[in-house]
Amino acid sequence: MSVEKITRRSFLKRAGAVAAAAAAPVSLVEIAWGRSDARNFTFAYISDSHLTQIKGTKFVSNFDRGLKRAIAEVNFMSPKPDFVVFGGDLAQLGKRAEIDHGLELMSALRAPVKWVVGEHDFYLDMGEYWAEKVAPLHYSFDHKGVHFVVLNSILTYEDWIRKWSTPEERMLAMARLDNPQGSPFMVGDAQIRWLRKDLAGVSSDTPVVVLSHSPLYKVFKPWNFWTDDAEKVQAELKRFRKVTVIHGHVHQVLYNQIGNISFYAMMSTAWPWPYPVSYVQVPNAVPKLTVFMNRADPHSERDGTGWGWLDLDSGRAAMHYELWENRPRTVRFDPKTGRPVDTVYQDPDKRIPPQMHY
Amino acid sequence: MRYHDTLKHFMAAGAAALALGAASAGADEFTRADLEKWRKEFMAVVQEGERLFHSGKLGGNTVSCDMCHPNASNTHPETYPKFQKQLGEVATLRQMINWCIENPLEGKPLPLDDPRMVALEAYITYERRGVKLDPGKH
Repeated sequence: MSVEKITRRSFLKRAGAVAAAAAAPVSLVEIAWGRSDARNFTFAYISDSHLTQIKGTKFVSNFDRGLKRAIAEVNFMSPKPDFVVFGGDLAQLGKRAEIDHGLELMSALRAPVKWVVGEHDFYLDMGEYWAEKVAPLHYSFDHKGVHFVVLNSILTYEDWIRKWSTPEERMLAMARLDNPQGSPFMVGDAQIRWLRKDLAGVSSDTPVVVLSHSPLYKVFKPWNFWTDDAEKVQAELKRFRKVTVIHGHVHQVLYNQIGNISFYAMMSTAWPWPYPVSYVQVPNAVPKLTVFMNRADPHSERDGTGWGWLDLDSGRAAMHYELWENRPRTVRFDPKTGRPVDTVYQDPDKRIPPQMHY
Repeated sequence: MRYHDTLKHFMAAGAAALALGAASAGADEFTRADLEKWRKEFMAVVQEGERLFHSGKLGGNTVSCDMCHPNASNTHPETYPKFQKQLGEVATLRQMINWCIENPLEGKPLPLDDPRMVALEAYITYERRGVKLDPGKH
């Protein structure tokens, strides 16, 4: 199934998106894609656009271009995705102007959007404008037999929230990834109680997909690749047979399996982040399972960025990373080993030199 | 301090030493207090480098270095000088710092001996301390 899609994508890349929209053998793709099982469906994922206001109507054009390109490419998907998830950090400093600008760009999408809030959207006004204009901060929905839960995983401790003299100061402190004065993300007990209640009516054989901004496990605390109460959330998900967590925040290819839960990270449309292994002063817990994305070439503006789409085949995910300057990658759940594997690079002998980070 | 200033300073010190004869022990001995002082001087420059590295004012569009390089990671100071295929030549870390200031940060390049450049280099290198030199590595 994925082979046809990748071919179509590669074709788009070569032909140029506009020309391809008219010329692509769309009907062939639909035949190859189509399955009668209603439980199989596709959704797209765009994340971490970090739209940055310079002054007035002037925004950092590099980051605008990333989001616009992802939107254009999602609009060319055929058949259309059932919906698009936005994985958080639409804005850089939570400003209304940035969120408005993001909403304007995103309004070009020809599919409904499911929004996840990120810390860059949140810490200026503690999510007030987001909740008013964009989406609730946490919610759930059902789609073709799959139960989706959207969590606000970027909350933190009250003492930290109160320690800043202005909202701008608080936002800047949280926006700095490597801030020694930062504070770990968490879901919080109130939301975990809500989650328990939400899941109470869901049978254990219903596939569950959780959408969060931060990874719901612990990778690297100094950069908040981390959720402080991740274990508590994992415990709530334990009784389900098929659980997938998809998150943003880390700006890189990252996947893991912990117990019954498969984790997949999304790319950013704005810029890539290094793997914590490349900061040698502090130990990290980067999952051994992950085959790293290629080291980004700084001279290429869109390298190390991209978007993704997932197909849910009988409740298990296959994550397709659309990498603008590199070959696309597919990481899918392997029922034999019970964990996500890269369909090309998982075998160490198949890896290529740029995947080595140091 | 610029090179010619350093040179002037050195010559003046040399002249003073000659005038005093062998009375002062001179350049090859230093104390724990000296070490501490030099360490402090160095760390002050590292700290200034950290500030600049996280400042939206180094370039022209509010973007800062740490947005792509938290803790200066993925800068690999130990691999310079190395061939940069896009520049078509072997380049130094300072040239790459300027490339970043000019491109993602949309700013003006710094003179290579600018105190801000020295501070940025000090911070980047300090965050990578302990890693062995490996010039040319990709």
